[in-house]
Amino acid sequence: MTATDTTAPVPATPRGGTLTVRLWRGDASGGDYQTYSVPRRDNQTVLDVVTEVQRRQAPDLAYRFACRVGVCGSCAMMVNDTPRWTCRTHVSKVAEGGTITVAPLRNLPVIRDLATDMTDFFDKWQKAGGRFQGSATRDEPMAQVDPSSKARRMADAGIECINCGVCYSACDVVAWDKDYLGPAALNRAWTLLNDVRHADQKGTLDKAMAQGGCGSCHTQGNCMRACPVGISPTRAIAGIKRMSLLDFIGMRGR
Amino acid sequence: MSARRHGSYAAHLGHRLSGLALALFLPAHFLALGLALEGADTFDAFLAFAEMPLVKAAEWGLVVLLGLHLFFGLRLLLLEMLPWRDPSDDRPALIGWGAAAALVLGGVFLWGVI
Amino acid sequence: MSERQLFVLQRLSALVMAPMVLLHLGVILYATRTGLSAEAILTRTGSTWLWPAFYAAFVLAVTVHVPIGVRNVLREWTPLSRGAVNGIAIAAAAACLILGLRAVWAISGWAA
Repeated sequence: MTATDTTAPVPATPRGGTLTVRLWRGDASGGDYQTYSVPRRDNQTVLDVVTEVQRRQAPDLAYRFACRVGVCGSCAMMVNDTPRWTCRTHVSKVAEGGTITVAPLRNLPVIRDLATDMTDFFDKWQKAGGRFQGSATRDEPMAQVDPSSKARRMADAGIECINCGVCYSACDVVAWDKDYLGPAALNRAWTLLNDVRHADQKGTLDKAMAQGGCGSCHTQGNCMRACPVGISPTRAIAGIKRMSLLDFIGMRGR
Repeated sequence: MSARRHGSYAAHLGHRLSGLALALFLPAHFLALGLALEGADTFDAFLAFAEMPLVKAAEWGLVVLLGLHLFFGLRLLLLEMLPWRDPSDDRPALIGWGAAAALVLGGVFLWGVI
Repeated sequence: MSERQLFVLQRLSALVMAPMVLLHLGVILYATRTGLSAEAILTRTGSTWLWPAFYAAFVLAVTVHVPIGVRNVLREWTPLSRGAVNGIAIAAAAACLILGLRAVWAISGWAA
């Protein structure tokens, strides 16, 4: 069976009508939208549509996915100008007048078509002080961390981040200022600042408040509205600002 | 981008644009007040010019912009200095109330100059 | 001056200015009712040293707050370099300070 075998069995029942799909095609030197048509199907997700185009019409289409069930974050793309997980985006919810527009994630360099280079995103993770530093050895007893303590609850609210890049794409400050570390990296810093086991508290706070850090966040809130896992980097960054202010006046309690 | 169609984005834009307008207005304001150095007559001449309806309308706009900048700024200070009540609670109510309060200030100004 | 220090200064100057802005708005709205002639204004502001002192403090807060804000906007919304943006911010600070204190001097009545 070849990639463009149109006699292969169709996975789900067509429900009538066609969907017009505009997919961005190109690479780092430029590109444009190309238009395709796929049949409307029940329970169709945007990832289903992209996959159908690649298998039946454009075998050289580049795109990413992995789990296709909304746990890995690999399939994140711009759908009608909003960053989303395409496997969790039902076409019926977003098709405006029978058309959807899919583009690579904003604020990241394009490799080809719908696949972006996430190097900057991960570099900024480190730059924001996101590297955990332990303070105990294997010979010492495990750290006793009360899960209901305020600090642990703050950390827990942010640790489900799977680095999908949706918040980074949603953020306008990331678009305006290439030095801005972005919501995911700063949210990560917040989880470490609330982690009693993290030894480099000062280092992380300094990095999170340095140039490109929390000071650049203007509390627009695009990130928290876009996050598919319900994390609020806006709150995390506000928390780091508060921590920094208290630290500045010598009143940061631990 | 539909992630932008929400209150706190509008609040950011309102806060930023009002700040820019005020920053541009301030030097003019300082220079106008400085006219008092050239004597009460010169100052009075300027104040007479400022009685023109168009100038009063601009002043009304500035009062409202100052109010917007103040109240949207206070909301930011609240968000940055107080613990959040809820992970996604960026106090959207304060946006509406802040805008309303700014318009009230504008209303009091109009009541004073009409 | 580090970004963190600028951030703290921006917030502190905002905190200081919030009650000042409310008082200033009160003064403006009171003045619109009681008269906006040179004599009316200057008699009020020249009546006590507290007015020039208040407005001088206001000017100092503005001199800190406005340039930091303007700098952020220029950095994010224009293609100007970091050096150019810092230069404009410093120039804005100088303008606020000089023109502002001159205006305070003007309404203080001490120049007469």
